[in-house]
Amino acid sequence: MKVDRRSFLGLGLGAVAGIAISPVGAKLTDDSSIWTQNWPWTPVPPDGKISYDHSVCSLCPGTCGITVRKIDGRPVKIEGRDTYPVNNGGACLHGIAGLQYLYDPCRVTTPLKKINDRFEPISWKEAIALAAGHLGRIRKNDQAHTLACITDTDQGSVAGLFSHFMTAFGSPNHFVMPTLESWLALTAQTLHGKGYTLGFDLENADFILSFGAGILEGWGSPVACFKANSSRKQRKAKLYQIEHRLSTTAAAADRWIPVTPGTEADLAMAMCGVLLTENLFDSEFAAGFKGGFNRFNAMVQQKYPVEKVAAATGISAADIKKIAIAFARAKMPVAIPGKGRGDGAQSLKEFAAVHTLNCLTGNVNKKGGTFIKPVHDYLAFPDPVLDTAAKDGFGKAKLGASVQEMVTNINQSADPLVTALFVYNANPCYTLNDPSQTRAAFEKIPFVVSFSSFMDETAMASDLILPVSTFLERLEDVPSRAGLANSVVGLTRPVLDPVFDTRSAGDTVIQLAKTLGGDMARSFAWNNYRACLEDVAAGVWEDLSGNGYALLAEGPPTDSVETSFAFLSDNPQTIYPQGDYALTLVPIDNMRLPGTVPAASPFAIKTVSDRVLKGKDVCVEINPDTANGLTDGGFATLTTPTGSARVRVNFNEGIMPGVIGMVKGLGHTFDNKYVAGKGVNIHELISPVIEPGSGLDAACGTTAAISKA
Amino acid sequence: MSELENKTEHGSVDGATEGAAEDPKNDTGLGLGVIFFIVAFLICFLSGWLLFPKLLYSKHEQPFNFDHALHVQETGDCESCHFLRDDGTFSGIPKMASCLDCHTDEPMGETRDEAIFASEYVAKEREVPWYVYAKQPDCVFFSHAAHIEAAGMDCVTCHGHIGESTTSRPYEENRLTGYSRDIWGKNIWGIKKNSWDRMKMDDCAVCHKEETGHQGYCFQCHK
Ligand code: SF4
Repeated sequence: MKVDRRSFLGLGLGAVAGIAISPVGAKLTDDSSIWTQNWPWTPVPPDGKISYDHSVCSLCPGTCGITVRKIDGRPVKIEGRDTYPVNNGGACLHGIAGLQYLYDPCRVTTPLKKINDRFEPISWKEAIALAAGHLGRIRKNDQAHTLACITDTDQGSVAGLFSHFMTAFGSPNHFVMPTLESWLALTAQTLHGKGYTLGFDLENADFILSFGAGILEGWGSPVACFKANSSRKQRKAKLYQIEHRLSTTAAAADRWIPVTPGTEADLAMAMCGVLLTENLFDSEFAAGFKGGFNRFNAMVQQKYPVEKVAAATGISAADIKKIAIAFARAKMPVAIPGKGRGDGAQSLKEFAAVHTLNCLTGNVNKKGGTFIKPVHDYLAFPDPVLDTAAKDGFGKAKLGASVQEMVTNINQSADPLVTALFVYNANPCYTLNDPSQTRAAFEKIPFVVSFSSFMDETAMASDLILPVSTFLERLEDVPSRAGLANSVVGLTRPVLDPVFDTRSAGDTVIQLAKTLGGDMARSFAWNNYRACLEDVAAGVWEDLSGNGYALLAEGPPTDSVETSFAFLSDNPQTIYPQGDYALTLVPIDNMRLPGTVPAASPFAIKTVSDRVLKGKDVCVEINPDTANGLTDGGFATLTTPTGSARVRVNFNEGIMPGVIGMVKGLGHTFDNKYVAGKGVNIHELISPVIEPGSGLDAACGTTAAISKA
Repeated sequence: MSELENKTEHGSVDGATEGAAEDPKNDTGLGLGVIFFIVAFLICFLSGWLLFPKLLYSKHEQPFNFDHALHVQETGDCESCHFLRDDGTFSGIPKMASCLDCHTDEPMGETRDEAIFASEYVAKEREVPWYVYAKQPDCVFFSHAAHIEAAGMDCVTCHGHIGESTTSRPYEENRLTGYSRDIWGKNIWGIKKNSWDRMKMDDCAVCHKEETGHQGYCFQCHK
């Protein structure tokens, strides 16, 4: 017997046949596919005890209540908090992605000091000593008023502490970034007197006339607005959207009324005129009209006749009349101002004219109407101890009505108007129009201290960074802002210990004041920020610490308010897009791209459509009728009086001919490969124009040209 | 005549003739081949059935024996130890705190297992590192609440008569996937006779199809 080739063939075939009808093949196929799903490097979050913490999201002025799900103390998920009086269980994409900010590549992880244009880490002790040293010298040289401060809001105890610090230090130069909240407060102040702001009962209104307000693009408290819009159909409430493009809000509206950008204020004035001529205003409410009503009446009839405004706005005279009449005849009409998110460059004239429509209908301080409500006053700071330096400094004139005016003044002055600057939770070197002006002003300031969680454009332009814990790591009261009907203050609570060597800005300010010593220290007697919060918010602390929020006011305010027409009857100038180019460039607010602080999370930026951001290129919207020689998706050069940029073209029949739309929130220059280096910062293409009467930048667009690149 | 012509002319007849004319000793080659085939077949076939499952699964004894039947008798039901929490999550294997509702570090019975439990775990305040037979992988979201409360299912449908067992069988872990053998099932072909014999995705889908008319969508479980 010879073992030959056939024997081996038999062996092999036998083995194959034996295995084939055994379970090995089927089982191993299944197992190996499962094995590939369990690579050791695939992250698997560890299991553990589940717990939930209630807190408040402060990523935007929405102030939604959130519930943070934790596994063994490690936060793993953010959800909207059920029954929270702002958002009632909802949350937006930024809120649910909030955990990414904890580990953001741009986080400032320790105090940093700039040495030869590079940041070097230093200890907190050194950082506070460095800041206190600078500030001490300024005070000693009787220059206390040359300390300036920029915060994102003037509401809440942390902004309150900065304000307290500025007063005790002796400087009147505390500025607040332009937000919807600040515009509404300024509008209320202009028409009804100091201490008021505006809220809109969108959930109950039956006719919403929106002057470009991006109800679905982040205006006001975004989740509350989404909810009000969702319930609109059941309530049979109407939404008319006056806007130059078919935005998401316009698409959801009952009627989209395209308007030439920049003429919204004139349109609102003309509508006021219609209500007055047609005698459609509420004479009862008009009893509270004081100063200048007759003058206003005469002025609108004369300066804003419907036919003239029709030509400027691109809306027919008949339509203007019809819309105004429909609005006035509605049972619960509300007109809302604030284009897009309503922050940044807007116009007081526009806000005031739109709100005047509300006042004329008389649907004010009533269910489903506009609420003229007192600004939250739940905080009681003790009077600061003022020494001579403080009294002298605080008595000096403020450097302008807005951050933008301060920047202009610093740049124009040969003297050092500001010798030290605090910036808290704001990014003026990115968000203000023509931020190169802001950066130039920052360069003239010898000592800029940034209180920031992230290395953004403003932090990069500072000399010292005192890093702030994110909203998930710090304690803070967060009053509802931005046009909500209810007044609520929520409590942001630390859901975990700071991931890095960061602190609450409140603690840092208190520490700084204590290190400065003397009367400064006496004005800040609290041991830490928590003690300060418990003290100054004592009236609501029980609710705040127990429920996580306190309802300050619910339902229509009962105050009777007076309305002054002094500002509008002077017919303040309308700010139109500046420059001589034929087209108009306007910013677009996109719900997926925050325009201010913080910048988008990596998650959020991934959700942006490639008709907005394609790879690293921003796409500008243009009507095909205007796009002479351009191709859809092709490259183009966009030129404005302020600058130029290479962009891609996105043909959109939903934007008015003659208008170019570019999204806000791109073109960041800091070091974050997920978020920065994509697209163009539209503010680099628009120069600020200070509006007489408000002192704020009102350039919400510019003229522009576009040509094939 | 060339060889090619020969072949084309005579076709296979030539071949048959050639074969018939071959040396008879060549038959042993074929015979050996058959034997080799049978031997290899048997070895592989038997290994595939008998040895392969042994090699594929590693066996682990539980830290000590657990008498389900006794506990059910004492407590009255499964839910005393395996309960739904208020938030709808399932407690799964009870933590020591649940055991301590009845047990102390004094053994309650005479058994060796009770002694180990009391001395090694209760007294040392350590959780018992039970092996979990029915553990599903991390990529699966499974809600006990939806099945027990909403669909009114009982434990036996998926877990079988474990509540009647008096001893803990060894836990078998698939060396390749790390999964418990209960997921694939005891039968190495994955053939099942009872609803609790397997816990793979197809088994979920079959039941879902029967009960709800649809086998379900990926994202319902793979979140
Ligand atoms: S709307 Fe604003 S506050 Fe609310 S969840 Fe989103 S980012 Fe947070």
